[in-house]
Amino acid sequence: MTVFLIRRLMQAVVVLFAMSLIVFVGVYAIGNPIDILISPEADQLERERAIHALGLDLPLWEQYFVFLQRALTGDLGRSFAFGAPALQIIVERMPATLELAVAAMGISILVGIPLGMWAGFRPESFGGRAIMAGSILGFSLPTFWVGLMLIMVFAVHLGWLPSTGRGETVEVLGLQLSIFTWNGWTHLLLPAFNLALFKMALVIRLTRAGMRENLLMDYVKFARAKGLSPGRVIFVHVLKNIMIPVVTILGLELGSVIAFAVVTETIFSWPGMGKLIIDSINQLDRPVIVAYLLITVSMFIFINFVVDILYSVLDPRVRLKEMKS
Amino acid sequence: MTVTTPDRVPAVEAEAAAPAVVSPLRRFWIDFRDSKVAVAGLAGCILIVALALLAPFISPQNPYDLAQLDIMDGRLEPGAAGMDGTIFWLGTDDQGRDMLSGILYGIRISLAVGVASGVLAMAFGASMGLLAAYFGGRVDTLIMRVVDLQLSFPAILLALILVAVLGQGIDKIIIALVAVQWAYYARTIRGTALVERRKEYIEAARCLALGDARVVFRHLLPNCLPPLIVVGTVQVAHAIALEATLSFLGIGLPITEPSLGLLIANGFEYMLSGKYWISFFPGVALLLTIVSINLVGDQLRDVLNPRLQK
Repeated sequence: MTVFLIRRLMQAVVVLFAMSLIVFVGVYAIGNPIDILISPEADQLERERAIHALGLDLPLWEQYFVFLQRALTGDLGRSFAFGAPALQIIVERMPATLELAVAAMGISILVGIPLGMWAGFRPESFGGRAIMAGSILGFSLPTFWVGLMLIMVFAVHLGWLPSTGRGETVEVLGLQLSIFTWNGWTHLLLPAFNLALFKMALVIRLTRAGMRENLLMDYVKFARAKGLSPGRVIFVHVLKNIMIPVVTILGLELGSVIAFAVVTETIFSWPGMGKLIIDSINQLDRPVIVAYLLITVSMFIFINFVVDILYSVLDPRVRLKEMKS
Repeated sequence: MTVTTPDRVPAVEAEAAAPAVVSPLRRFWIDFRDSKVAVAGLAGCILIVALALLAPFISPQNPYDLAQLDIMDGRLEPGAAGMDGTIFWLGTDDQGRDMLSGILYGIRISLAVGVASGVLAMAFGASMGLLAAYFGGRVDTLIMRVVDLQLSFPAILLALILVAVLGQGIDKIIIALVAVQWAYYARTIRGTALVERRKEYIEAARCLALGDARVVFRHLLPNCLPPLIVVGTVQVAHAIALEATLSFLGIGLPITEPSLGLLIANGFEYMLSGKYWISFFPGVALLLTIVSINLVGDQLRDVLNPRLQK
């Protein structure tokens, strides 16, 4: 097990290092940041001073070396646009994104599981078919367009919910969260629903498949034969068994929800990490781009690492195969 | 798109009356038309491709010829008449551009990018997958490691990294889309090829001392095509959606190549003042394109799946 862990850990470090190199070289090779960052009215002396202050006069490999050295101490450079440490800017926006992602996950479970159960319980009924057709639509609809339509219907035409921003926030455990205020909820609902749509389709399909499989199993027959009420059989016995794969898959999908939040945040002007990265790409704010990509990639490497370990704990074959190779 | 529910019931009765010898293509069509929704999807695909190809001939105006635009016609409602009496059935955008024409040209660009990246990704991914399966050993381990690694990141994140690294432009978007997608093809074809390569015809071809390249591309590849076609259909739809998303975010295609995503982004700012049509209709066109392709892909998966073959 230890050998397996070390091997995986080393792989993760190699990937992270390779990613940092690709991201850094790529990002620092686009465009000429001097033209963007320094006012065109600045004279030659001021320009040179600014170039030197930003470290842009060093050769690329030296810039990377300095960057790597600093990155290891948690300093990912200063944002050109904000004039603050890139890491700090991203960390400040992280709670908003995580809140959105968790709310989206919650919605996809609360809506997806009952719908999936109904579709699995009565697969041939009109309702069941309609739910499945809806889930195909959920996979096909482009997220950003659905977001626009939600704004059009609920914010512009009906005027029920605000279209942009985050609303009031309350500080809880040092984090600014909007789920604890009514105003915050109204702002959160549309973006969270938008982000949830794709996962909802996934949950519906998983639940439906689980429902259909489990209903045929002996334990359901036994529970029925024992004289339990149909409601108890389904909501206690079957539901428990359906939840296992659904929760596993959703756990794995949390990372992809955070990545997809880029789109939702841009549409709803949600002040999270996703909106920040798009703005930074457009402004060529390179330290923030590099920091965002590195943080997200590290997050994914960490998630994958945990998943690998969990799998190897659950299924020893994975571990044994790894040791042989 | 990874979740499928193979719950179709094969219609045995219809086959009993069919003649004993049916050409493979005809057989395929008989299976395919089993699902009316899929046939509708196919019709949709044909229509969309036709619209894209014929865009310069059927659109009321050339939306990118500035001489034909009148700024006074800007932001007209669908069905309104312009300054010179032409009727704009789907309204106009802020430049006075006919939305219908804009959408027809937009479909052209979206499809071109989606199909081009799909074909390139298929060619590259399939070659990699075949190499991995045919040679096995270290080649296999190396290629599949990269594939596994890549598939563990969501497509949008990879595309974002690549766009940030490569910059913008139609060629760069295609490169980014190919880089995001090739792994799906590689994984699919490797799975099939691993099974196929143990079959006798491959052994026979090797006994004839045919070269590796000939065995792989003339014998192994054709027999691995069905699953590749299924993945290809679904991936083209994905590519179109991903390109639209990137263009909508302003980091995809440049403004000179207005795909559907860019048209939608363009109407975004007018959405809040109730001018819905600038974003709405390009979105409908995008949706219909993606749904049509997905419906065809779903049915192809069932028809080409040997386990469901009658």
